[in-house]
Amino acid sequence: MIDLLQEIFETLKKNKMRTTLTGLSVSWGIFILIILLGAGNGLKNGVMQNFSSRAVNRINLYPGRTSIPHKGLKSDRQLSFTTEEVDFIKDEVSESRLITARLNNTMNVTYGNEYGSYEIRGVMPNYSHIEKLTIRPEDGRFINNLDMKEYNKVIVLDKKIADLLFPGESAIGKTVKLGSLMFKVVGINSRKEDWGGPKAYIPFTTSQSIFNPNGKFYNIVFTVDGLNTKEANDKFNETLRTMMSRRLNFNPNDEQALWINNAQSEYIETMNIFNGITLFVTIVGILTLIAGIVGVSNIMLVSVKERTREIGIRKAIGAKPSSILKTIILESIIITTLFGYIGLMMGIGLTEIINFFMEQAASAQPVSDEPQMSVFTNPTVEVGYAVFATIVLIVSGVLAGYLPARKAVKVKPIEAMRQE
Amino acid sequence: MRRMIEIRQLHKSYHTEALPLHVLKGIDLHIDKGEYVSIMGASGSGKSTLLNIIGILDTYDAGDYYLNGSLIKDLSETQAARYRNEMIGFVFQSFNLINFKNALENVALPLYYKKVSRKKRNIIAMEHLDKMGLKDWAHHLPNELSGGQKQRVAIARAMISNPKIILADEPTGALDSNTTIEVMEVLTNLNKEGITTIIVTHEKSVSDATNRIIHLKDGMIEYETNKANGVHVTTTNLNYQSL
Repeated sequence: MIDLLQEIFETLKKNKMRTTLTGLSVSWGIFILIILLGAGNGLKNGVMQNFSSRAVNRINLYPGRTSIPHKGLKSDRQLSFTTEEVDFIKDEVSESRLITARLNNTMNVTYGNEYGSYEIRGVMPNYSHIEKLTIRPEDGRFINNLDMKEYNKVIVLDKKIADLLFPGESAIGKTVKLGSLMFKVVGINSRKEDWGGPKAYIPFTTSQSIFNPNGKFYNIVFTVDGLNTKEANDKFNETLRTMMSRRLNFNPNDEQALWINNAQSEYIETMNIFNGITLFVTIVGILTLIAGIVGVSNIMLVSVKERTREIGIRKAIGAKPSSILKTIILESIIITTLFGYIGLMMGIGLTEIINFFMEQAASAQPVSDEPQMSVFTNPTVEVGYAVFATIVLIVSGVLAGYLPARKAVKVKPIEAMRQE
Repeated sequence: MRRMIEIRQLHKSYHTEALPLHVLKGIDLHIDKGEYVSIMGASGSGKSTLLNIIGILDTYDAGDYYLNGSLIKDLSETQAARYRNEMIGFVFQSFNLINFKNALENVALPLYYKKVSRKKRNIIAMEHLDKMGLKDWAHHLPNELSGGQKQRVAIARAMISNPKIILADEPTGALDSNTTIEVMEVLTNLNKEGITTIIVTHEKSVSDATNRIIHLKDGMIEYETNKANGVHVTTTNLNYQSL
């Protein structure tokens, strides 16, 4: 075996130009494959990062104005939710898991001389899990059921608000003024918001009794389980609309009456798009690689033709067909893997360099109120691809070498040696 | 066994587009071990084809060919390669050295196919080159050698696997008369060591050096001469008698 490799390397070394030209096409193919996969991964990682900050199985319900008259009621009625709808969904919609009502107000939050105008959300304890808020152990707690029951005047602040109102001191246990009412800070959320400004959270019950005496509100958020396909989600949305139409008295076909924002179906749709992109990118990459393989095969064929005489001589002095076949195919494998790895290294090198500079640029950016949106994150490929690539290269080598090798085996010594 | 080559009623045709070309039309030939034979004939007489069949580089259509007692017929390429590797050493008119390998590597090549280790085969190759007086040229490429030197490298390569037969196809065809004498001396000496030697040639000076001359004409043996006291004497005229 070592002897065979030595024999092949000697041949390759003595035909450096031909070997290099042959190999470069494979290097290029693998290089392009890696770059494309890297770009695809970068795009996917970027968008996934924006998704993963929230529960993906989240459904937002917003009541709207009816656009179709229903059961003697005129159109253009403004619909709204009461806490009964929260219980209804909790009890009747079997897929629902965590649920919260949400009541928004924008108010001034004041501590000492510092104040700012922020969105105040009246929410239930589950909100923290649905929106995946991060409250570190030293940062207190989120609103709990006791707060709900006792209408406690407690407030949870986003870190940005806490930093602004309490520069250099802990906010926990301090009292802030919300309008003219005093609220005790019980927790700080340090998860960065994707969009919109910083917010504060108070118990939904408190919010209702103070700011919303009529009890009507306009947003329910809940998570669902077991809806894994787009079809299941679409069907669920329809069922939900029908159930809610009976409850809120609107025509089930009235799209304007209830807005269902199903993050899950968006997520599934996005995932499908990305799977499509990955597939496309892989196909393009592999086609490029195939062009490289055809190149190798072609040059190997020329090489066999050029070496007909040599092969004839080898056969005359006792080379078996199998040994000729082995030599040519192994030569092809060596060229493809050797140059393939060069392309692989260059591709991985380039994606890592791009990634390095992107990370540098990201960390150099000052923290701002602007949402941290990125559509391109970590555009690299995993090491697992190296194993995949090795298999691809060896298979490519065999494919590229097979036809020329067959041709070499068929060389007739007398005819081969006759040609000058 | 005394017999090295035994050929009975050998026929060979080439199939061209126009009409089949009957090249060998029933050859009967026996060559004993250690014989020194040349085959002569005009071009197209079938002498090269006969040599190729003897060397298992070509197949035949009808008849029998025994090499050292084994029937050489319908062999797979692998079997043919093994016989060639073990039994036969080839010397060609155009030397047929591999031009990117140096003299030593060329000579050692048959042993590579016999799975002899690199180190060992290089030592053996050097011995054979030394015997040909080419030790100092071992690391030169073929195109740095003269015609005579190239042919001696080719002979060394033919000899390295200790063949039973040397088959030489116009070994001096590309050489001048002085070099011809030099190469023929080498071949004659090898024959004296006991190796059956068969040379195809159309040069009288070459065939005169051998002990037996087979004259081919139109695919048949016309007559043979044997050397007696240094002079060739006609002995047979079988094919033509039967006509």
